[in-house]
Amino acid sequence: MSVLRAALLIARKDLVVESRSRELAYTTLFFAVSCVLVFAFALIREGRALEDAAAGILWVAIAFSGTLALGRAFERERQAETLKALLLAPIEPSAVYLGKLTGLLILMIGVELIVVPVVGLLFDAPILRAPLLLAALLAAGTVGFAGVGTLFAAMLVRAHSRDVLLPVLLYPITVPVIIAGVRGTAAIFAAEPNLDVAGSWLSMLVFFDAVFVTLALWTFRPVMSD
Amino acid sequence: MPSQATLDFDNVHLREASRHYGRRRALARTSLTFGRGEIVGLFGPNGAGKSTMLGLLSTTLHPTTGSVLFGDRPAADLGDDLRHRIGVLGHDLFLYGDLTARENLRFFGQLYELPNLDARVQVALDEARLVERADDRVSGYSRGLRQRLALERALLHDPRLVLLDEPFTGLDDDSAGFLAARLRRLRASGAIVLMATHDFDNAAGLVDRMVCLRNGRAREVAVDGRALRDRYRATMAEEWP
Repeated sequence: MSVLRAALLIARKDLVVESRSRELAYTTLFFAVSCVLVFAFALIREGRALEDAAAGILWVAIAFSGTLALGRAFERERQAETLKALLLAPIEPSAVYLGKLTGLLILMIGVELIVVPVVGLLFDAPILRAPLLLAALLAAGTVGFAGVGTLFAAMLVRAHSRDVLLPVLLYPITVPVIIAGVRGTAAIFAAEPNLDVAGSWLSMLVFFDAVFVTLALWTFRPVMSD
Repeated sequence: MPSQATLDFDNVHLREASRHYGRRRALARTSLTFGRGEIVGLFGPNGAGKSTMLGLLSTTLHPTTGSVLFGDRPAADLGDDLRHRIGVLGHDLFLYGDLTARENLRFFGQLYELPNLDARVQVALDEARLVERADDRVSGYSRGLRQRLALERALLHDPRLVLLDEPFTGLDDDSAGFLAARLRRLRASGAIVLMATHDFDNAAGLVDRMVCLRNGRAREVAVDGRALRDRYRATMAEEWP
């Protein structure tokens, strides 16, 4: 079976499971919106937010809520050892990685579809100034974050302190993603927008995605073997 | 789906296979051969190496030294396609609680690229006696129902090598009887069945061979007229090298 077909089967299964339990969608969405609200109360004075605050808070909400989703997505596979069943199937282990990544991306992008307008509303951020560029930054940043996170979450699935270790390992590696996302988004939201700068940060995100997703595909088999 | 004829095998060999976890020895220089059309019982106390042996045979673990041969070829030569011929029922049941029985079987059937999948799934549901509850979520099943479904999930792709870890767990007498009958049919069809269990009562009359394990060492014990439990106790009471 091709890697892509197996990955799509796994992603579709994850989405069916999530549509029944809605556990990840509700918790990540609740966390992301709560995060934005708390920062809105802290950083908005007399109807005006600090410069670049909207971009930073948007990416903090995405990163923190994404971490919740990453840990939980693999915890589900661990409970009845279904991850082992996937690895016993006659498919490339990288298909498991791609399938889990695809399911997480759909979930995180769904959360972003709600969080971005909330940030726009509360922080008066011009989210429609360059919608395609903003969407591309969010998509590329989400792929980079979830791409690294999926690999680490899979690595830690048998570790006792996986909930603690996941952010400890994940955030240092994904700092470039978060910085590029924040700076690119800030360049769009700025009073004097600079779309060329935003485009440069997008290029960096795409480069990061290409390198780290390729590395993850390479390393997933040894990571998941005994 | 790749040609099963090219991947098929009549026997599986452990050749001086050892498996260590750090300094701990889970299985030590074990040589055994399992042939088609037989049910082999693996018996031993907790931590004796039963699950490690099943892991080596399922290819999820690699031997630290020695080898595992399928026919005359090591697993590494056969690649991922070898798994078309191996079915595993673990102590954890490898089922998604938020999917129905039918969805679980369909999902794994698709991963194994099984032809006539709907018909196969229906036969599997029938074997598990779950036709009426086929569209209920598995999370609502009792342990016994899940165990029956998990067995059919493991057998959905007609594996040559069937590895069962405590298959009688959670089954009532009626279901245990059905499982024993199912395993006999598997044996008759030419499958190689290995079953790790502590359930001597259900294994009696079912296993053709008995392998006892202790501290990572394996010893084959003849199945004769004596009760399995007595044979096991006598073997465990002996001096092991």
